[in-house]
Amino acid sequence: MTSKNIDNLRDSLLSKIESAADLNSLDDIRVSALGKQGSLTALLKGLGKASAEERKPLGQAINEAKVKINNAIAIRKEFLDAQALDLRLASETVDVTLPVRPEQEGKIHPISQTIDEMVAIFCEMGFEVAEGPHIETDFNNFTALNIPPEHPARQEHDTFYLPKKEDGSRLVLRTHTSPVQIRTMLSKKPPIRIIVPGRTFRADYDATHSPMFHQIEGLVIDQSTHMGHLKGCLIEFCRTFFGVSNLPSRFRPSYFPFTEPSAEMDIGCSRKGGGLTIGAGEDWLEILGCGMVHPKVLAACGIDSNLYQGFAFGLGIERAAMLKYGIPDLRTFFDSDLRWLQHYGFLSHDIPSVARGV
Amino acid sequence: MKFTFSWLKEYLETEASAIEIADRLSMLGLEVESIDNAAEKFAPFLICEVIKVVGHPNADRLKLCILEIGKDQVQVVCGAPNVREGMKGVFAPIGSTIPGSNIVLKSSKIRGEVSNGMICSEFEMGLSDDHDGIIELSESAPVGDSWAKWAGFDDVIIEIALTPNRGDCASVRGIARDLAAAGLGKLRPLEIPKVECGFDSNVKWQIDFPKDCKNACPFVIGRMFRNIKNGESPGWLKNRLKSIGLRPISALVDITNWSTFALGRPLHVFDVDKISGNLTMRFARQGETLKALDEKEYKLEDGMIIIADDNGPQGIGGVMGGADSGCSAETKDVFLEVALFDPVRVAETGRKLGILSDARYRFERGIDPTSLEWGTEIASSMILKLCGGEASSLTVAGEEPKWKRQQELRTSRVQSLGGIDLSAQKQEKILSALGFEAELSGQEIKCKIPPWRPDIEGEADLVEEVMRIQGYDDIPALPLPNNAVVPAPARSFEQQRIENVRRVLAARGLVEAVTYSFLDSENASHFGESPDELRIANPISADLDMMRPSILPNLILALSRNQARGLEDVNLFEVGPRYTDDSPEGQTTVAGGLRSGNTNSSSWIAKTEPIDIFHVKADVLAALSAGEAPTDKLKVTRNIPEWYHPGRSGSICLGSHVLGQFGELHPRLLSVMGVEGPVAIFEVFIERVPSKRSKSMKDKELLTLSQFQPVNRNFAFLVDQNTDAERVLRAVRLVDKEIISNVELFDVYSEDVGKGKKSIAVKVTLQPTEATMTEKEIEMISDKILASVANQTGGILRS
Repeated sequence: MTSKNIDNLRDSLLSKIESAADLNSLDDIRVSALGKQGSLTALLKGLGKASAEERKPLGQAINEAKVKINNAIAIRKEFLDAQALDLRLASETVDVTLPVRPEQEGKIHPISQTIDEMVAIFCEMGFEVAEGPHIETDFNNFTALNIPPEHPARQEHDTFYLPKKEDGSRLVLRTHTSPVQIRTMLSKKPPIRIIVPGRTFRADYDATHSPMFHQIEGLVIDQSTHMGHLKGCLIEFCRTFFGVSNLPSRFRPSYFPFTEPSAEMDIGCSRKGGGLTIGAGEDWLEILGCGMVHPKVLAACGIDSNLYQGFAFGLGIERAAMLKYGIPDLRTFFDSDLRWLQHYGFLSHDIPSVARGV
Repeated sequence: MKFTFSWLKEYLETEASAIEIADRLSMLGLEVESIDNAAEKFAPFLICEVIKVVGHPNADRLKLCILEIGKDQVQVVCGAPNVREGMKGVFAPIGSTIPGSNIVLKSSKIRGEVSNGMICSEFEMGLSDDHDGIIELSESAPVGDSWAKWAGFDDVIIEIALTPNRGDCASVRGIARDLAAAGLGKLRPLEIPKVECGFDSNVKWQIDFPKDCKNACPFVIGRMFRNIKNGESPGWLKNRLKSIGLRPISALVDITNWSTFALGRPLHVFDVDKISGNLTMRFARQGETLKALDEKEYKLEDGMIIIADDNGPQGIGGVMGGADSGCSAETKDVFLEVALFDPVRVAETGRKLGILSDARYRFERGIDPTSLEWGTEIASSMILKLCGGEASSLTVAGEEPKWKRQQELRTSRVQSLGGIDLSAQKQEKILSALGFEAELSGQEIKCKIPPWRPDIEGEADLVEEVMRIQGYDDIPALPLPNNAVVPAPARSFEQQRIENVRRVLAARGLVEAVTYSFLDSENASHFGESPDELRIANPISADLDMMRPSILPNLILALSRNQARGLEDVNLFEVGPRYTDDSPEGQTTVAGGLRSGNTNSSSWIAKTEPIDIFHVKADVLAALSAGEAPTDKLKVTRNIPEWYHPGRSGSICLGSHVLGQFGELHPRLLSVMGVEGPVAIFEVFIERVPSKRSKSMKDKELLTLSQFQPVNRNFAFLVDQNTDAERVLRAVRLVDKEIISNVELFDVYSEDVGKGKKSIAVKVTLQPTEATMTEKEIEMISDKILASVANQTGGILRS
């Protein structure tokens, strides 16, 4: 054995390793070199036959060759492993453009969403949600609201009636959410600060009227609230609801039997280009009716109008939703057309709050 | 209420422009509905004379006309049958916009002949529907001048929406008064002429009402005129009426219309030759009828005020006169009626008869009770001026009702109620300008209410008067004072959990619908019996005549409509009311929903399955969980109403309370309601879930997590086919509630297990808390499980 033999064997093995085509042949090379019967192992075993002074340098050379070969095997193995993985992964390729598993997307109706938005805003101003029945007494729906039987406003309301009772009285489907004012004032002592979203009914059906629609009513009763607060509260509401911080607004005198003084609130809009945009513009849009609660209404609820006063307001929820979300037709709200509901509806996690913006 | 700017200026001395006036009107509470600047619109149109007319060489029905307009001459092609040489008409030059059609006129060739403009019809001017011929102007019309100016159309027409309380502004003069009070000019005083009268009227007034109905017509004045001539009105009067869309008829009728609009004082005139005897104000009698001025026959009822002569009704008080006693061109003697009627009765009568007249509009809002006297004199003088003849002395019945009322205004109230800081002197000035006799004394203004303001009833009304004249813009907007920096929840626990149910159902892939609270009684009847008290007495249509006993029928009808649109997989829900009686308690908020068609329709990857009841059972359980129901205490029973498939439906109960129902829609109803199956439906009675006060830490028990390895053991039990799975699960659970932490049913099948039997496979999780379980302990629990299932259900371990 000479160092030349060792070098030759090493080089031959290294070249074999380099060209090993796969892991199996690489392992075969490893065994043929380093196994019990391996060629390098044989050299190591043959060392004993060498002379004493040759043994050390030869042993050293064999060991060096062994290290080199082990390294080469490791490098080659790594390469072959990577190559095998590439091959496997290539065979696992799928068509990533295929569609996903279908998931049904539920939606929240725009009316529910709009009510939630309004509740979130009024909550910030200290209002609580109050409710009342849809089937109402004539007293709560009209008389207590200063609409006596002969009042022209009764006719304007196009009331739905239930059958006449034995005593001659007739229940009505509430024509507005205002009877809940009466119910609240009859059952609760001031201070009162409520909003009342809910269904209302009028016997009218055309492009802009539906026999059922929704209103939201507001009522504030205490000892000092006046029209300045009414203005402040409603301006704040409209600006937040429509998301227009500089929304122009104006209050015009008007008439409602249950408020005095009464007002209608207009907000700024633009009708340029055929569409309608809420915000600063050349035009006004009537948005709600409001006023200071009429002393006769307070009296009907047993509240002393010398001590207490406050304001009330009401607006249409569908109309507000139509304006905010650009929904063109009132009647479509109640069609339950799945395509419409999917398009105009809201995701379930989209819960309005002032924190995230309504 | 319509009026023109120039008409307004008859009563209001003002420098303000029409636009300023309109802007202020809205801010006074007299909301401007439309403003039509006719002066601007009509500006291009000139008076022309037709100089020459020759036939069009290429068209039989067209003519070539040479027109003179001032110094110029132009040729136009005209097709009007009435065009002729020498006539005067309205010329529209090139570039003008035709009001009736909004078309901009261009120079053109019509069948080869040049046409440089147009001679216009009333239709083209937007004045009427008449397009049979061109407008013919009188010979005196000055050629080349502005037609609108000459004809009195160079005006601005303003229409306001009058609120029901403001009868005083149903007149041009009343509007002028409000504007003057607001500082936009000076109200000209009303001149009340004194009429000379020479003879006694042939017709006398009588009032005949029951004692308790004297206010039906408390006061009426009449006057006869003889030897009058009822011709055409003068141009100025005709133009006033035309400008607000009224058709001039004859001098007498035009005077009554003028008085109605100018002064808010409706009048009526009878042809004396057509009435017999005296005139009486009384209630109509059963069976009486009247042909009114609109030529329609009306059936009169008791309670309606009529004006009757010896032959019967000749007019409906405050609503409309009769056709047979009306005035015509032949009328020689006329009787003028100036009356006061009860607003409520006029409104009721008008409504019952379906008549909305200009008189009713004013009487039902309440008119000035002093207007009878001055109205009679103004109308009399006009009749004499326009129709000649002579006037009788007055015939009067009843008396002017007492209208003088007083109301105090504490000057502090404008601030404390209205939010405007306004001096007492300013308040007094405003009220005086509105016609109140206002006297400031100390902290109070004593106001005598003018007769034209029956709507002023209390102090708040005076506050409003002061504020609307001052302007609501002057109210400083203030934030609503808040007691709490962080507000309390707006919704109560009961209200919020309903919202939670809504959100959870949407999160489960259901789409929220909002449907009417009513439906047709036929479809309602399939979902429980509705009492007659819930039938709407006056439905807008027969298919909306019953308050809904359930949300389901409306959703099923919605499903049917969606299926008709080609949508197959429909998942709808609604959270809303159902009605079981007419009391407040009879209305409850429930959640209802349906699923139809398939899950995962047309997916290449997910398995497509028809909808079944376990889809909606999951909806009910999720809704109940969101509704804060104690889910661990719920039981499923088979006690269900008849609109569900009897074998494929169930109720979810808490004790004896049914909290939810689910199942397949009864197959009978599929065809009855026109829908394709499968349809799985559910109802959740959220309000029956026992209420908790609020969410708090007490809702969550302290959690102890075991550090020991859990053990799973599977069992397959053979039970009778009709054994409910729930019984097996319960039998397992009750063996040891501490250690058995979970029981899952993972398989059910009845093939190859023997007739009348089924196999139920469950995975039981044992979770020790003290130490890891030994094989022996596991064995013991397993044995107990087997014994319990055998004991409770007769089930045996399948070998």
